[in-house]
Amino acid sequence: MMRVRLTVNGRAREADDVWEGESLLYVLRERLGLPGSKNACEQGECGSCTVRLDGVPVCACLVAAGQAEGCEVVTVEGLAPEGELSTVQRAFVDAGAVQCGFCTPGLLVAADDLLDRNPKPADADIREALSGNLCRCTGYEKIMDAVRLAAARRCAEPEGDRA
Amino acid sequence: MSGLTDPRGTSGLTDPRGTSGVTGRRPAPVIPGVRSELGPPGPLAGLPTRFARRAGNAGGVGESVLRPDGVLKVTGEFAFSSDLWHEHMLWGHLLRSTVAHAEILSVDVSEALATPGVHAVLTYDDLPTEVRHYGLEIQDTPVLAHGRIRHHGEPIAAVAADHPEIARRAAAKIKVEYRELPLITDEASATAPDAVLIHEDRTDHHAPHVPHPNVVHRQPIVRGDVEEAAARADFVVRGEYEFGMQDQAFLGPESGMAVPAEDGGVDLYVATQWLHADLRQIAPVLGLPEDKVRMTLAGVGGAFGGREDLSMQIHACLLALRTGRPVKMVFNRYESFFGHVHRHPARLVYEHGATKDGKLTHVRARIVLDGGAYASSSPAVVGNAASLGVGPYEVDAVEVEALALYTNNPPCGAMRGFGAVQACFAYEAQMDRLADAVGMDRVEFRQRNAMTQGSVLPTGQVVDAPAPVAELLRRVKELPLPEERPWETGTGAVDVRALPGGLSNTSHGEGVVRGVGYAVGIKNVGFSEGFDDYSTARVRLEAAGGEAVASVHTAMAEVGQGGVTVHAQIARTELGVSQVTIHPADTRVGSAGSTSASRQTYVTGGAVKRACELVRERVLELGRARFGATRPGWPADGSPDELRLEGGEVVAADGTVLASLAEILGDEAVEVETEWRHRPTEPFHRHTGQGDGHVQYSFAAHRAVVDVDVELGLVKVVELACAQDVGKAVNPLAVVGQIQGGSTQGLGVALMEEIVVDRATGLVRNPSFTDYLIPTILDTPPMPVEVLELADDNAPYGLRGAGEAPTLSSTPAILAAVRAATGRDLRRAPVRPEHLTDG
Amino acid sequence: MEFLRPAGWEEALAAKAEYPDAVPLAGGTDLMVELNFGHRRPERLLDLGRIAELKEWETDGDSVRLGAGVPYTRIMEGLRRELPGLALASHTVASPQIRHRGGVGGNLGTASPAGDAHPALLAAGAEVEAVSARGTRLIPIDDFYLGPKRNALAPDELIRAVRVRRADGPQQYAKVGTRNAMVIAVCAFGLALHPQTRSVRTGIGSAAPTPVRAREAEEFLGGVLEEERCWESGRVVPPAAARHFADLCAAACSPIDDVRGTAAYRRRAVGVLARRTLGWAWEEYRGSARATEGAA
Repeated sequence: MMRVRLTVNGRAREADDVWEGESLLYVLRERLGLPGSKNACEQGECGSCTVRLDGVPVCACLVAAGQAEGCEVVTVEGLAPEGELSTVQRAFVDAGAVQCGFCTPGLLVAADDLLDRNPKPADADIREALSGNLCRCTGYEKIMDAVRLAAARRCAEPEGDRA
Repeated sequence: MSGLTDPRGTSGLTDPRGTSGVTGRRPAPVIPGVRSELGPPGPLAGLPTRFARRAGNAGGVGESVLRPDGVLKVTGEFAFSSDLWHEHMLWGHLLRSTVAHAEILSVDVSEALATPGVHAVLTYDDLPTEVRHYGLEIQDTPVLAHGRIRHHGEPIAAVAADHPEIARRAAAKIKVEYRELPLITDEASATAPDAVLIHEDRTDHHAPHVPHPNVVHRQPIVRGDVEEAAARADFVVRGEYEFGMQDQAFLGPESGMAVPAEDGGVDLYVATQWLHADLRQIAPVLGLPEDKVRMTLAGVGGAFGGREDLSMQIHACLLALRTGRPVKMVFNRYESFFGHVHRHPARLVYEHGATKDGKLTHVRARIVLDGGAYASSSPAVVGNAASLGVGPYEVDAVEVEALALYTNNPPCGAMRGFGAVQACFAYEAQMDRLADAVGMDRVEFRQRNAMTQGSVLPTGQVVDAPAPVAELLRRVKELPLPEERPWETGTGAVDVRALPGGLSNTSHGEGVVRGVGYAVGIKNVGFSEGFDDYSTARVRLEAAGGEAVASVHTAMAEVGQGGVTVHAQIARTELGVSQVTIHPADTRVGSAGSTSASRQTYVTGGAVKRACELVRERVLELGRARFGATRPGWPADGSPDELRLEGGEVVAADGTVLASLAEILGDEAVEVETEWRHRPTEPFHRHTGQGDGHVQYSFAAHRAVVDVDVELGLVKVVELACAQDVGKAVNPLAVVGQIQGGSTQGLGVALMEEIVVDRATGLVRNPSFTDYLIPTILDTPPMPVEVLELADDNAPYGLRGAGEAPTLSSTPAILAAVRAATGRDLRRAPVRPEHLTDG
Repeated sequence: MEFLRPAGWEEALAAKAEYPDAVPLAGGTDLMVELNFGHRRPERLLDLGRIAELKEWETDGDSVRLGAGVPYTRIMEGLRRELPGLALASHTVASPQIRHRGGVGGNLGTASPAGDAHPALLAAGAEVEAVSARGTRLIPIDDFYLGPKRNALAPDELIRAVRVRRADGPQQYAKVGTRNAMVIAVCAFGLALHPQTRSVRTGIGSAAPTPVRAREAEEFLGGVLEEERCWESGRVVPPAAARHFADLCAAACSPIDDVRGTAAYRRRAVGVLARRTLGWAWEEYRGSARATEGAA
């Protein structure tokens, strides 16, 4: 058993009695009360657990909890201040990109990262950036719409207003 | 060190939440209702949108209203069934068989039970009552295996422990002795004279009528004189086809939580498609009356048929009742492949005939579905495959036989398209071949034989609603074709992402050939064959803060399809309010039936509409009682049709506002619960298959454009266009989402999705997302959608169940396109690279 | 289970010396799957995640010393010119999320025949820098793969880096999977032209018990290029020779039938990939290649 300390969504957090084989995903979901990151495959094949680890999108299911010691983690719960929606979140709702919603948190983190790196992505860039995130409901068309919409809205917003 | 004990010497894993210093506790499960408010945006800025807002009540039927649970789902707050947490909860885990067919000689749980941190280990012998089996149609599935294993991954024991890892380790310590039995894997082995019977002593209602006890159900359809018609045929094509076992692959794994209650009952929070069908199967096994098993729908991460059967429901309840502690169970992805039934793999043999002028003379078909070890919904799948096995075509002479086998393969049951998918794959391949034989354009040949309103199905049932089959084909054919060689960027560079193989860099254009294919299909809507298919809705209208607000309570399983959105829209349209609360689905209201068979918008939508109408009547009565005497314009009798509820007010035909709903209601709430049924159906005749077995039909057509690397056998679907008649697009945004999602599942089984079962051992070879592949965003093309709205006058708002039809024709359209590109026959789905390159 | 968290490389080597059974954990993209599904229960995990030097590369004259933990994303973005074959291979690895975590060290440590980096490392002629408390040795990549998921590392050794000569000519890489992204190789092929030594090297993945080279094919093609003076003239490789090269590459495979593909398909596909990658690489060598977008 071990203790893991990390920063999640800007807050210092710690978890005790963590089994050494536990994943960051388990710690987030079952110990830190942050079940937004999803557990669809736990083998790195679906992206539904995508979080940012020290700024970089990764599958939380493949990060050992102990490896996250001292790291900065951003989950879907941290994409916008409480009670607000980030541009990408709003766009997913507006474009009909959400059906069952199980893939949504991971897609949001991946899409958010894409738009940070590439504010005006071409369709092929969107597809490549989201190729690690499976969705079983939508056929991805509305997800494409959502990312295009978010990109357009982010480009239209003044820098400071961006959630 | 055994690994489970702590290296520092403490005994085993402890309940992590029981210790201090753990942050982030969450309360016991609370499944919130969702409030449907009218979202701010109209048409999306910067995006083309084909749907304008309409007149009438804002946010009502026909508008692309946004999901009421959308915000919760994008913030991560939406509580899926695997997200639940409860103080002092335990983790449940199942031990599953490692063999496909065996006698169980012994099960020894002693070591598992002695493991620190383990609170219960249950086997068949621990089941509390004599009811130890369950099943949707035939109660043939043991809750925990008894004496015999019939398929790989069958549950044998259930463990509850403090931590999932402890539970997994304990399960691994259970010793099971097997004596393996010969495998039944296909029709020949199932119906051999000396075949082992998968289920001995069958007592189900199909048993007396099947040709062999290893046949679950058989349905013939006979119409016209096939011999005579075949003699008239100028061209006959025969073909054998094979369809692989597809998995629903919903992303949210089977999961839920059972919480024991003080009254000896249990509260179960679970992801399912039909709460009341679960309840009916769970309660007798627990030995509890149904009112002591209170079920609430937790967030459902997709379903597609795979949650129609029980998975962990009974096991979690048993463990909770045994330990007196809340028990959470979450299958991992490996277990999920064993935790639900799959789409039936099928072998299909077809003979089609046509005259020189391109009219179908006859169809003969034999469809053998592999139902696997337990019946699930195999009988109904057989009924669909048989009755829809000819497709959306007029054929006077038909002989179809469909049957489902019992084998030692994984159990198969409901999946989107439900028996119509496999048949569509085969009959559409036949239609292409026959068109070629006749020498007609493939689309024109289909159009010439297309069913229309008034056509008679092979079951003798008249299609009494619009059936725009030819028009759907025309529409997809007329769409502009996508550009050729999309990988050429114009600068001489190559974008491999637009090529078969994608990022794997297998081609820069070499070997790539384009192909185009078409297909069309027919799917029934709602439960068929005489099933009493109804739903229940409770609608309440009251004033709050000076405004009338409605709440809708049903047991409908929202699985992602958007039923909650639609219910709010219906309430707005019928009641003229803007605020609608959707109550969480639970068993405190009557059954809504299953979220399957494309039926919920029709049936539960119909129930909500009916309940709203009854509420409206009561409100108008109330209004007349309150204001009839004092305000002019109130008609003398009860609830005349000329009054409208609009914008929170009662409005007369001339536009006069008679009263606001809020002032009529005052402190009173009007609440109505009602059941609603669609038109009755009847069973198919056992020998001829004749009968008005279906309620409604749904039609979709696809055009697929593919680029195939013919040297490597890799396929890139360039575009997948669909035209579908939805009767009425209750929510245009959502219906397009259904069409695109359904089309993509058809794409998956065309090109990559298949559960592979080892024929020698009966073991599943690819129970993972590493080796069971579903399409990624790079595999999925742009999908233009043409939505037709030809009303079915029998259905609420004229709507047509929409969810399944696009899954049917997508697969054969893609296969046709791949055939066109490669010149190969391709009798099997999914088509694999080796099928495109061998020989 | 114990979770060892060495803060530096020396500490990691000491830990591995003390506990040779400790399983190195870097990107976690293989090992965590095994832990999550209970397929493996090591006594100890040795987390290499906080050892900074593993995540760096150094370019020294003619060779690159690539830290074992440099994520594939950074290889495909930062080493296109120096290690083009490996950069292309990196881009085919799984998904963006995996490419942010996984690195070459993990691929080598797991030594799965399907590891995406292997064909590129074979074609480039890499050396594996294996280090223990006893010292450092360089294992030629040709000697590294011993069997399915078996490699030449001693129990107390860790992979510090791979050393790869900076590309002296065009390199190519292609991988066949049944999906257009996020897929394990059905087979893969790497090819490197080495104009300085006038040699051609290859690497084949997922088509034999270990990653292999097609040595006979290399020698044949090398001979043809020499004989026809192609290196000097830059003339087209004779089509018959390219075809024979492809056939020899296919013949170098000893594949199996499995759930991802048949042996016959793998053999055939390796031949196709060999022919195509040779064509692309040679075109580039001739100076008339088209740029390739999206593929690293």
